[in-house]
Amino acid sequence: MNRFTLSRPADLAEAVRQAAADPAARFIAGGTNLIDLLKYDVERPARLIDITRLPGLNTIEETAEGGVRIGALVTNTDLAYDARIETRYPVLASAIRAGASPQLRNAASTGGNLLQRTRCYYFYDTGTACNKRVPGSGCPAIGGVNRIHAILGASEHCIATHPSDMCVALAALAATVHVTGPGGARVIPFADFHRLPGDHPEIDTTLRPGEIVVAVELPPQGFASHYTYLKLRDRLSYAFALVSVAVGLEMDGNRIGQARIALGGVAHKPWRDTEAEGTLRGRVADAESFAATADRILVPALGYAHNAFKIELARRAIVRALSQAAAGTPQSQTDKRIR
Amino acid sequence: MPNAETYVGTARSRVDGRAKVTGAAKYAAEFAAPGLLHGAVVSSAIAKGRIIRIDTEPARAVPGVAQVFTHENRPSTAWFTHKYRDEVAPPGSPFRPLYDNTVLYSGQPVALVLAEDLETAQYAASLVRVDYEVAEHATDLRHKRGEAYVPKQKRTGVAPPPSPRGDADKAYAEAPVRVENEYRVAIEHHNPMELHAATVVWEGDGRITVHDKTQGVHNTHTYVTSVFGLSQNDVRVISPFVGGAFGSGLRPQYQLFLAVMAALALKRSVRVVLTRDQMFTFVYRPDTINRLALGADANGALLAIRHDAIAGTSTFEDYQEVVVNWSGLLYHCDNVKLTYKLAQLDTYTPGDMRAPGAPLGTFALESAMDELAYALRVDPLALRLKNYAETDENEGKQWTSKELRAALQLGAERFGWSRRSSEPRSMRDGRELVGWGMACGIWEATMQTTSARAILTADGRLEIGTGSADIGTGTYTILSQIAADALGLPMESVTVRLGDSSLPASPVEGGSWTAASAGSAVQAACHAVQKTLFRYARSAENSPLANADLDHVMFADGRIALAANPSRFMTITDAMRAGGVDRIEEQETTSPDSTIQKRYSPYTHSAVFAEVRVDEELGVVRVTRVVNAVAAGKILNLKTARSQIIGGVVFGIGMALTEESMLDHKLGRFMNHNFAEYHVPVNADIHAIEVIFADEHDDKASPIGVKGLGEIGIVGTAAAVANAIHHATGKRIRELPITPDKLL
Repeated sequence: MNRFTLSRPADLAEAVRQAAADPAARFIAGGTNLIDLLKYDVERPARLIDITRLPGLNTIEETAEGGVRIGALVTNTDLAYDARIETRYPVLASAIRAGASPQLRNAASTGGNLLQRTRCYYFYDTGTACNKRVPGSGCPAIGGVNRIHAILGASEHCIATHPSDMCVALAALAATVHVTGPGGARVIPFADFHRLPGDHPEIDTTLRPGEIVVAVELPPQGFASHYTYLKLRDRLSYAFALVSVAVGLEMDGNRIGQARIALGGVAHKPWRDTEAEGTLRGRVADAESFAATADRILVPALGYAHNAFKIELARRAIVRALSQAAAGTPQSQTDKRIR
Repeated sequence: MPNAETYVGTARSRVDGRAKVTGAAKYAAEFAAPGLLHGAVVSSAIAKGRIIRIDTEPARAVPGVAQVFTHENRPSTAWFTHKYRDEVAPPGSPFRPLYDNTVLYSGQPVALVLAEDLETAQYAASLVRVDYEVAEHATDLRHKRGEAYVPKQKRTGVAPPPSPRGDADKAYAEAPVRVENEYRVAIEHHNPMELHAATVVWEGDGRITVHDKTQGVHNTHTYVTSVFGLSQNDVRVISPFVGGAFGSGLRPQYQLFLAVMAALALKRSVRVVLTRDQMFTFVYRPDTINRLALGADANGALLAIRHDAIAGTSTFEDYQEVVVNWSGLLYHCDNVKLTYKLAQLDTYTPGDMRAPGAPLGTFALESAMDELAYALRVDPLALRLKNYAETDENEGKQWTSKELRAALQLGAERFGWSRRSSEPRSMRDGRELVGWGMACGIWEATMQTTSARAILTADGRLEIGTGSADIGTGTYTILSQIAADALGLPMESVTVRLGDSSLPASPVEGGSWTAASAGSAVQAACHAVQKTLFRYARSAENSPLANADLDHVMFADGRIALAANPSRFMTITDAMRAGGVDRIEEQETTSPDSTIQKRYSPYTHSAVFAEVRVDEELGVVRVTRVVNAVAAGKILNLKTARSQIIGGVVFGIGMALTEESMLDHKLGRFMNHNFAEYHVPVNADIHAIEVIFADEHDDKASPIGVKGLGEIGIVGTAAAVANAIHHATGKRIRELPITPDKLL
């Protein structure tokens, strides 16, 4: 871990000013990922800007539009067990509970969860090359150990995945991310917040220099009756997803209205295919339509030496998740089994 | 007469439990010393080659850095490689940290940074720049199997494969029913909770006290004196508690060398703690390719067994473990051929990991037996009973005891095996396929020469001491029970001291031998105390025991009483007063009986039954029930014994389903070197585990009738799970772990 300056700005404006003034600064809240990255020498910030004491960022409030606004400092635990979230956006509560451990969720913040970085082995190991860590150094994962890597949207420079569970649910819910920065405040649709690696895998999000996440807003529609978060992994808890699926459905009898499907563990960002989702509209909720949608989502999928199985796993996981959601029998995150 | 057993054979909580959960128990990295320097290790990025330049200047420039050691400036240590050999070293030249500019494996320590605090040391370590000349490495056993060789020099304590018996090739060729396949278990790392650490306290005048994470303080002591040319009295090793080791602490690891080297050079106390990632830069369970062939007649009688294993080792040591011998032991068969070869890889030397070799070899054998059962269309349990080995056919000896048959019957009954439908894919519960599988386990029940001391004081307190370790197995507790019973004292009056090189000599704690070895030595020392005490008691004026002899008295409730008439007694205090002493100290050494060893073979056995539920569509396996029935001689403590087996079963489930150290062969480097990506099972993965101990009387394996339980729990478990998965799905997976991708 390198030496750094720790500052504790009194308000948001000061925090943004400090960040804008120092490109080597990082915001720190729960630190559940950033501290790891510091210990591994992956991140070597000259300044840490402790935002945990900033006022006004740790509340969950209902919005005038009928949605819910979640402050960036709300912990994952507070969010997952908030009655409004549990009732109106159970897919979000479920996804958060599927991730990490109670101790980590107690510390991790909403904004930080959006900004956590990939779990690619090579990214964490400074003894190896990595385009995300050192641009231009190469991607040994492509010809190396890539069991946990991306099958969608990868580039020749990076096949890392985004590790968040919470973000998969937020993608399905079409949340928006409220940020502020030197250029003022703006709102980023969730689908545009994370980016694909392309030629710049070192950049995870569309945040501009000095910008900070202040809140995540959920639109009114929460898919509370027909949803699931299905997470498949190498052990039943405390592991990152091989494939995860967040589903929200509007049902009209046995026919599907609006459908949302987001995938985790398969790409550099939570993966959504709105066209494929659209094909479910008006269809009968049955195995055939689920399979057709899964196939369509996975058309661009590409596997490497160890992760090709994820394509078939994702296909089956989408079908299962759609079945769970349609039937109103979501996956439990406390049962010691997959339903 | 033998004393009544008040404590032995009952369920007792750990005597060190409170100290552990309150934090009072101190581990190697928790010992403090004034002016302690903290070390951080720099690890090599390449698997093979030379260091052509190592720049330590930026690290040295950091305020608070005391020294940076590399191969260029390390203090001189022993010249001859044999000086680095330890008690359990395999043949070869042990790795010498910072010896020269040669890189032998990825993650090899190349520099040690010492600073006034840990954060400074770690930061400075990140500034050390190393330039390498890279050489071509090889870490893939599949590519090296063609170069496999029979190790020239055998590893002490590891039996090479027995000579072939009969003609296995011919018998196999002629057998009407045959199965032959390759089996492989992924490389595993031990991953104990406690990181490897050494705190070396500089005592002045060249004397040091070493707190090391070790399974053997005497082994550490010998290594340190030998490598650094110190006299016996200049070094004391104290390691009272070990936070799990599973074999990783058997040999001195590089944190010890580095901490001692720095302390001696700088004449200061030094602590070196490895990182979790660096826990993947030394010993591991070796990659082993098993080829197993079974031939049987139409009735299921085994006609031929061939088992050929090729295991990875390093380029500098021929690590060996017992992989194939089990295939000649578990079943009766007249035609058996077993071979075991090594292939050199550019990794650190593999090492003993919980039941080294046995779960690898028995995964192959017990999978093949299951496959044979299906080929024959007989029940897998019936096939085992039909081929039951009544003697040790490898060595032509009798068993000291073997109640495997009883274990199989008890386990099958508890599990409900008779209700199993034999066809694969024939049992289902809702969406899940249900599978039942079983396997046998076997492990050595050896005993090692061990010394122990017993000190009885007039206040009725007894202190037991031996240099052995408690790596979490319950050694403190069982020794307390044995000692309390031997002298008829309450357990609360007994204190056990372990893990100190100033205590009587003990081998490393490993091989499941500690209960039998230290237990026998403690009992012998207590008997010696009895004898002395009794002599004093008889010598008293008007002694109520004047005409008795030792065989006719018992020690109970702080008294020595006539067995036939307990109202005639003398208290321990009075007896010591009669002898004019306020303490009795006795030390005894016990060894295995060589006349028994010539005729009898001591082994522990197990019968493991596993139920899995498989979500076939998603490749998800749950091990919903395991019954492990164990025949292990006398059970000293039902609670700690059960814990050992449960821990072993969890280890086995990890081997079967989740654990795998993944090598990037292009880099020659383990890549998933942390707890997030190396998957040991978690609570959510574990369901019902039932442990049964078959009654097994053994008066030959050890003087106290004990065989040991640390390792048998894992042997057989992985095979039982894999066999259950086959029963559930019809898929035979011969490479562990069985991750979801293998079942899709």
